[in-house]
Amino acid sequence: MTRAILKWGVLAVLVGMALYLIVALYAQREFVFAMLFLVLTASAVAVFVSKRLYAHRYIYPAVAGMGLFVIFPLMYTVGIGFTNYSASNLLSFERVQDNLLSRTYQSESARYNYDLYQTDAGYVVFLKSDAGDLISAPFELKDGQVPPIEVSPTATAPAGEPLAFRDIIKQRNALGELRLQTPDGRELSMASLRAFATIKPLYEKSGHDTLTNTRTGVTYFPNQDTGFYESADGDKLVPGWTVNAGFDNYKRVITDPSISGPFMQIFVWTLLFSVGTVVFTLVLGLLLANLLQWDQIRGKGFYRTMLILPYAVPAFISILVFKGLFNQNFGEINLVLENLFGIRPDWFSDPAMARSMILIVNTWLGYPYMMLLCMGLLQSIPRDLYEASAMDGAGPINNLMNITFPLILKPLAPLLIASFAFNFNNFVLIALLTGGAPDIIGASTPAGTTDLLVSYTYRIAFQDSGQNFGLAAAIATVIFLVVGALSLINLKLSKIKV
Amino acid sequence: MAMVEPRSTKYRVLASHLGMLCFIALILFPLLMVISISFRSGNFATGSLLPEVPSLEHWSLALGIPYTDDAGNVVQPPFPVLLWLWNSIKIAVISSLLILALSTTAAYAFARMRFAGKGFVLKSMLIFQMFPPVLSLVALYALFNEIGKHISWLGLNTHGAVIVASLGGMALHIWTIKGYFDSIDRSLEEAAIVDGATTWQAFRYILLPLSVPILMVVFILAFIMTIMEYPMASILLVDTDKLTLAVGAQQYLYEQNYLWGDFAAAAVLSGLPITAVFLYCQRWIVGGLTAGGVKG
Repeated sequence: MTRAILKWGVLAVLVGMALYLIVALYAQREFVFAMLFLVLTASAVAVFVSKRLYAHRYIYPAVAGMGLFVIFPLMYTVGIGFTNYSASNLLSFERVQDNLLSRTYQSESARYNYDLYQTDAGYVVFLKSDAGDLISAPFELKDGQVPPIEVSPTATAPAGEPLAFRDIIKQRNALGELRLQTPDGRELSMASLRAFATIKPLYEKSGHDTLTNTRTGVTYFPNQDTGFYESADGDKLVPGWTVNAGFDNYKRVITDPSISGPFMQIFVWTLLFSVGTVVFTLVLGLLLANLLQWDQIRGKGFYRTMLILPYAVPAFISILVFKGLFNQNFGEINLVLENLFGIRPDWFSDPAMARSMILIVNTWLGYPYMMLLCMGLLQSIPRDLYEASAMDGAGPINNLMNITFPLILKPLAPLLIASFAFNFNNFVLIALLTGGAPDIIGASTPAGTTDLLVSYTYRIAFQDSGQNFGLAAAIATVIFLVVGALSLINLKLSKIKV
Repeated sequence: MAMVEPRSTKYRVLASHLGMLCFIALILFPLLMVISISFRSGNFATGSLLPEVPSLEHWSLALGIPYTDDAGNVVQPPFPVLLWLWNSIKIAVISSLLILALSTTAAYAFARMRFAGKGFVLKSMLIFQMFPPVLSLVALYALFNEIGKHISWLGLNTHGAVIVASLGGMALHIWTIKGYFDSIDRSLEEAAIVDGATTWQAFRYILLPLSVPILMVVFILAFIMTIMEYPMASILLVDTDKLTLAVGAQQYLYEQNYLWGDFAAAAVLSGLPITAVFLYCQRWIVGGLTAGGVKG
């Protein structure tokens, strides 16, 4: 009985919290996120209440975690790819309108010169004009003054001496935030060190969603295709809002030469890099695994431990170690090369050298994994095959090509594809080693000769001043398709039964 | 040995030993170099590979102790390395425990129960696991930004967010544990259920104690994976004292502020424990990596 109460109590509390989150998100017009949590909560309740879905209780947390942090972000990213979401188009239409309507300017027509007095009750502002002087109630001067101070007509100046000009300069930050309210409802703010002036809204709603600039009289119409308020002669108001851009981002990748050029170059390099890494690590790993399997070799434990060391050191440390060792001026590798051969290659500024460096480092990082895989697979090959071939006088090369390779290729294939997919998206290596440098000349987005597609999208989204999330998401979608195809092939090849 | 051996075997064995030793020397060069650099005074290397006058300045800075040089100037540690290491370990332990608990229960259901959509869920997990989280960072950032407005300990720049985000990567571990559960005979649990045990009790008191080895492997794998996680933490964490080691370490090697010697000491200090754990557990890890995930 207590168990049941406890169970329902906990469930009720959790559902209550989730509902609070959903309602709060909905109130903030974040419909996508509200929907996401609604689906998660509803399925949780269904799974934990229904007796029929007992087995699903066990898998719910894992599936929900995957849905929340893998599948939802993936779909969201694909969605962003069809919009113009970027640093200049971050907000929703309503928020942009509110932002523009809250802008103000100071009208030159009603200016008041002023004096500031310090009295026992606080500061007093005395505004002077031909139409009649105004005086404020005493107030404290501090940063972040929120409510406006009321001013009322007066005939006489306050007693005492006004503050000297240099004291006003000292208080100019606090005075700048001061707002004064006149009896006829106008708001005043500091226009210069010597004057206060009326604040007026810069834009006014002049019809259904159109805005008029009150100073120039120009009318701006919302353009739902570009996501900006535009005047008749094409003048845009920033910020804009997020709109559906259809396939525009994809078209830009294909047609805009300052994007398609770097994109193709990076795509080709990404393929070369992934294939190169897989080939080099496989050749090295297979060779070492063969040597380690050889009966005549003593001290296998020592060799094995030494050879997998690169795999045991955390990658983010060894990549940075290489970054330092390859450094042009104080790097130890150039020191050795200069002493031995008298050369100092430009590892970070010459594209070809930077690419070779990346391949060298990634082979260093990746061969132990291949070696371990090959060692496992080699053990499963029957030994008598090699004896038979030795009887026939076959050498090591013959053995490798005719026995070892054909036998391990099949179980190895899915692992090689997985390795290809991993390196296709090897973000950490590029981000920590070169950051994509040296840059491609003539690209309109940040793009480097050593950038992989993943690091390229990352830089478009997070490093560019424009933060073009839409374009980055479109390229990410292309990568999703490549990765999805690879993993489907992998699933077929490895013949997984469930 | 029954193997037929050609005459040249002796020379080939010798050549193999020599080749492997040279290769190992080449492979270990960067690692040995870093250790040497960590004892060399100053941050700008010139001259020799081995330090002529060994100095402990970088090590003292890495351990967070201000260092006084010969001229009497006090050098403050540039970054809180030990705090970063602690952050990394804290995040990795908590998320590995969560991953272990949730993936074990899920693997149990996948291995022992029949339910609608089982094969579909298992296969799609395997496919979605291959999509790199780097590409959906914009979405993840927006997601944690929204959550953080209402639940402050899960927002941006919190360790909670990094821990929770690591829960997306459980598919590999579920497959590994499921592969192990499949290899255990289910008659024991069936006998217990016949005697009146509930499904949960059969799982908790019979299957779990039998599976301790694979649970260790999964814990270590998850631990190493979270400690090495870079992209997500680099977007979610901002403040210097909240960073993990993987995100913080690169700050030593900025062009404008190049602290090569300090980095070397910090790298050896923080890399050594992780490397030692890996080498100590290598047999289990290799087994888990090569067999579990793929075997099914």
